[in-house]
Amino acid sequence: MKRPFLPAAVLAAALGISAAPALVPAAEQPKQGGSMVVTYKDDISTLDPAIGYDWQNWSMIKSLFDGLMDYKPGTTELIPDLAESYTVSDDGLIYTFKLRQGVKFHNGRGMTSADVLYSLNRAVDPTTQSPGQGFFAAIKGFDEMAGGSAKSLSGVTAPNAETVVIELSRPDATFLQVMAINFAFVVPKEDVDKYGADFGRNPVGTGAYKMTEWLLGQRVVFERNKDYFREGSPYLDQITFEVGQEPTVALLRLQRGEVDVLGDPIPSAQFLEVVNDPANKDLIVKGDLLHTGYLTMNVNTPPFDKKEVRQAVNMAINKDRVLRIVNNRGVAANQPLPPAMPGFDKSYTGYAYDPAKAKEMVAAAGYPDGVKTELFVMNTDPNPRIAQAIQQDLAAIGINADVKSLAQSVVIAAGGDGTAPMIWSGGMAWIADYPDPSNFYGPILGCGGAVPGGWNWSKYCNEELEARAQQADAMASPDMADKRVDLWRQIFVDIMADAPWAPVFNEVRYAMHSKRLAGDDIFYADPIHIPVHYEFVYDKDAQ
Amino acid sequence: MIRYLSRRLAASGVILLGITLVTFSLTFLIPADPVRMIAGRSATPQAVESIRHQLGLDRPLPVQYVSYLVNLAQGDLGRSYVQKAEITTLIQSRLPATLLLMAGAIFFELLIGLPAGILAAARRGRSADRGIMVLSFMGVSTPQFVVGLLLLYVFANLLGWFPLSGYGTLGHLVLPALTLGIAGGGWYSRMMRSSMIEVLRQDYIRTARAKGVGERGVLLVHGLRNAILPVIAMIGLDIGIFMSGAVVVEAVYGWPGIGQLAWQAIQRVDIPIIMGVTLVAAVAIVIGNLLADLLAPLIDPRIRLR
Repeated sequence: MKRPFLPAAVLAAALGISAAPALVPAAEQPKQGGSMVVTYKDDISTLDPAIGYDWQNWSMIKSLFDGLMDYKPGTTELIPDLAESYTVSDDGLIYTFKLRQGVKFHNGRGMTSADVLYSLNRAVDPTTQSPGQGFFAAIKGFDEMAGGSAKSLSGVTAPNAETVVIELSRPDATFLQVMAINFAFVVPKEDVDKYGADFGRNPVGTGAYKMTEWLLGQRVVFERNKDYFREGSPYLDQITFEVGQEPTVALLRLQRGEVDVLGDPIPSAQFLEVVNDPANKDLIVKGDLLHTGYLTMNVNTPPFDKKEVRQAVNMAINKDRVLRIVNNRGVAANQPLPPAMPGFDKSYTGYAYDPAKAKEMVAAAGYPDGVKTELFVMNTDPNPRIAQAIQQDLAAIGINADVKSLAQSVVIAAGGDGTAPMIWSGGMAWIADYPDPSNFYGPILGCGGAVPGGWNWSKYCNEELEARAQQADAMASPDMADKRVDLWRQIFVDIMADAPWAPVFNEVRYAMHSKRLAGDDIFYADPIHIPVHYEFVYDKDAQ
Repeated sequence: MIRYLSRRLAASGVILLGITLVTFSLTFLIPADPVRMIAGRSATPQAVESIRHQLGLDRPLPVQYVSYLVNLAQGDLGRSYVQKAEITTLIQSRLPATLLLMAGAIFFELLIGLPAGILAAARRGRSADRGIMVLSFMGVSTPQFVVGLLLLYVFANLLGWFPLSGYGTLGHLVLPALTLGIAGGGWYSRMMRSSMIEVLRQDYIRTARAKGVGERGVLLVHGLRNAILPVIAMIGLDIGIFMSGAVVVEAVYGWPGIGQLAWQAIQRVDIPIIMGVTLVAAVAIVIGNLLADLLAPLIDPRIRLR
């Protein structure tokens, strides 16, 4: 997911809370009613599910729209949503979805299979300019439609109003995940036609909330969808998103009871004070993140064309010191996958911190007198400070890096073009589009991303691993799921032997909410919904 | 007067054309590729080129510039790359807050700057003068986020006299306008002081005093009217500056003005918004200057516009 502005934060996988609860037991079902105020620093860019691709609108869109699939609240487990059930053919190529009956759009019209067809075609249609188009590449007819020679996906059909059949051109183990991401959400054609490019500011979906007001630059208001197909959900009658709110000021307002949830992370300057205050004990929720902060090393650029130098960098970085810079909002990382991701290897120990040996390795690799290079970093705090810490660590082993602190887009462009020898990923780091290990490979470590403009900033391309990755993703049947994850686990361990990255830390999210807001902690650290799962938190005042 | 106006308008047109060239240059001077940012990180090269073509960014630059001008002439500033919304809608939505903050800021600037400047000039060289000049220096040089957060903390958080942030009532306006007024007031007081000192040296002031006009009358009637001209010119400039937004103050107070829009657009490399805001600000500066020049003869009849 593209996450434009914040220093590292976000897509949380709530392993901080070990077992995810099932939906709240019926006896304790909270009453509907009440409201909450959520603040954000940045304006909401768009609420069009085919367009929105940042952490902020991602979860808002999820509460306005639905897709065929979803995740069990508080977990990364896939469940049918607008689909009532589905079947997969033995060869893994044909998915048949039976639609839920009686689902209505916010405009009152009943949702049918034609809407699903329309929405999937719309996401792939080049004129939509969807940043998610590529996710649908496995669907039969994708190339023709993306290339402009077909007007619709030949692989998506609707035999009747309740059934959608999707045929793939190759087995794809991540296909159901794709049906759960925002780009696959169902929209009504009549409203898209009515608003055109402004649909993103006039969203109409089937979700738990409907948008009732958008005052540009000021606030967006959601109201409970009384016709929502899940009985008794959501709890809150109204959510107001106030934008343009400086996080420091928003925190003051939260403490005064004017604001219920900080959409942005707790500001660094106030972090320790807020977290250590016993009064806030029940208001702060901690969750591990599906995020890794890493240093990329361009394998085509000296000195990082030598594997030994890349390994030495892995041994040289004092990760504990980096963690102190981020107020210890994270845990040290030794592999690309975050601990919350299936495929994370608990037994892998990585490269131990050993600057003395690292220095010998750099010297032995042909740089006894040291070597000069550049370290690119996004120019928002705390990233330049992290880059400086890494710079010192590298200087100690003979790698003298100039820190290039630049605007995000400039760093991304340098990474894509392969002109940056090293990049600290903070503020641009990979966070999963969906909770599957393949999402941490293809674009950022695979050959597909190692092209000009691609997100594989190391330009690392290992044909042997590429073949294994394809083999793993072809394992679409559910009984092969464990074997598939094993394959992925080994792929990431083998990547670390080549060391195109130096993984540094996995971020931990600290969410904060007001006293009057309740709901299980997991919903404030949901792996899919950031900053909160808008459908499952409730207002104590309404009880 | 009419000849003057038409000449000035023609000159303004040339200036604005030059500015369109500058804003247009943004599209290719910024080192990031907006198409790749729209296309997303998983886009195929084919998808990237398709979007580039749809946005018309694959055409030769002169062709793009001409089409930009043609659209501009029709009042079409284009659509945001990120929000996909019309730039005119986005800027319009920010105009009321921007104009209100501008009015409030200029009000406080004058409220603080004029009396302070007049007093300093009247007490030239004495402790009141020095005190005012030190304060004005502090007002000018203290960063706005410091003043802004300080006022916010004391008057909104501790005393609770004003809302903490946001937009909607006059109460919301006071602190952000005062923050801007403190900085601007410092400038105005210095300008007022030096202008007033200059005027007080003139023969007609001596004449007025000789006629027995009281010191108050000398300063406020004979002095002020002559000394205020540079201040009027400065208000003209201020209008232009505030039209491009008060980025820092808008951020601190969550004020939905043009500065906030521009700042977010810069962070997201949303070039059409940056182009639009730059253009609006430039137009405002040109208009502000023109207004100041047109006002001058009304205040000082010796000035003739030719």
